[in-house]
Amino acid sequence: FVALFLLLHNEMVTGVYKSQEQGEVENGRCITKLENMGFRVGQGLIERFTKDTARFKDELDIMKFIYKDFWTTVFKKQIDNLRTNHQGIYVLQGNKFRLLTQMSSGKQYLDHAPKYLAFTCGLIRGGLSNLGIKSIVTAEVSAMPTCKFQVIIQTM
Amino acid sequence: MSRQANRGTESKKMSSELFTLTYGALVTQLCKDYENDEDVNKQLDKMGYNIGVRLIEDFLARSNVGRCHDFRETADVIAKVAFKMYLGITPSITNWSPAGDEFSLILENNPLVDFVELPDNHSSLIYSNLLCGVLRGALEMVQMAVDVKFVQDTLKGDGVTEIRMRFIKRIEDNLPAGEE
Repeated sequence: FVALFLLLHNEMVTGVYKSQEQGEVENGRCITKLENMGFRVGQGLIERFTKDTARFKDELDIMKFIYKDFWTTVFKKQIDNLRTNHQGIYVLQGNKFRLLTQMSSGKQYLDHAPKYLAFTCGLIRGGLSNLGIKSIVTAEVSAMPTCKFQVIIQTM
Repeated sequence: MSRQANRGTESKKMSSELFTLTYGALVTQLCKDYENDEDVNKQLDKMGYNIGVRLIEDFLARSNVGRCHDFRETADVIAKVAFKMYLGITPSITNWSPAGDEFSLILENNPLVDFVELPDNHSSLIYSNLLCGVLRGALEMVQMAVDVKFVQDTLKGDGVTEIRMRFIKRIEDNLPAGEE
């Protein structure tokens, strides 16, 4: 299933971009489309995944769940690093992020990396949203295939 | 030990759900982008084709299956190895044409459509059309030109899902037609 998912994800990214024209605005729209798809999927996944688990104690508990169980199950690998400033900002770092390992590691591909991370950002945001947490999730790639996801919790 | 096993099945379930949900989100998005069902079907087929073309490499590497000598062998491999490996199901093979160049794959349940319902205004949408493209693309890479289409679909109220595969010809040249 994972192999299928990776290929499907690749196709989706390519497909979304093909159907739009070139340009900065369009690029933003494509990223939003992908992020929104990820969001819906994340919501659905978390709903099914947490049907049987007990409620979480606090925010950190939830983040740990995302970083350990949710992440490992989805990407088959533990996230390498989780940092937080204990004030609502979490950074998850993944070395050899699966969705990126399919692309060559080269500077010229850095520009395209965000397209491949948009879906996952949405996935995290959707998952958190269904757990009652509103957030902003962004991703950054400084060197392929390592990437950092930054989750900013928005307090009401 | 049992904890490990639990993790395993849970993880597998989640992977399949991730795929099913993602596929659903994709189809939903395509329906928004394209005005009519026919166009969505075409897009799904095209995307499936691109996936199939790459999936075959993964398949050959992981399954250690040798070259198939005839279409019957191909059918067996598709149903018993490929479908099992990627979708966790084993469709049955039936309805062979007398010439041995056409057969049907019967899927009792289609993982792609878990929790999916077709709204009334999308009656000509072939929801799982991606599968047709995947099969077509993968087989083209092993020099077989085939025609694949859905004949029955549980989403449309049929009892089972039936995919009909027809062998067109062996591709002699190494260049696949219509590469995109």
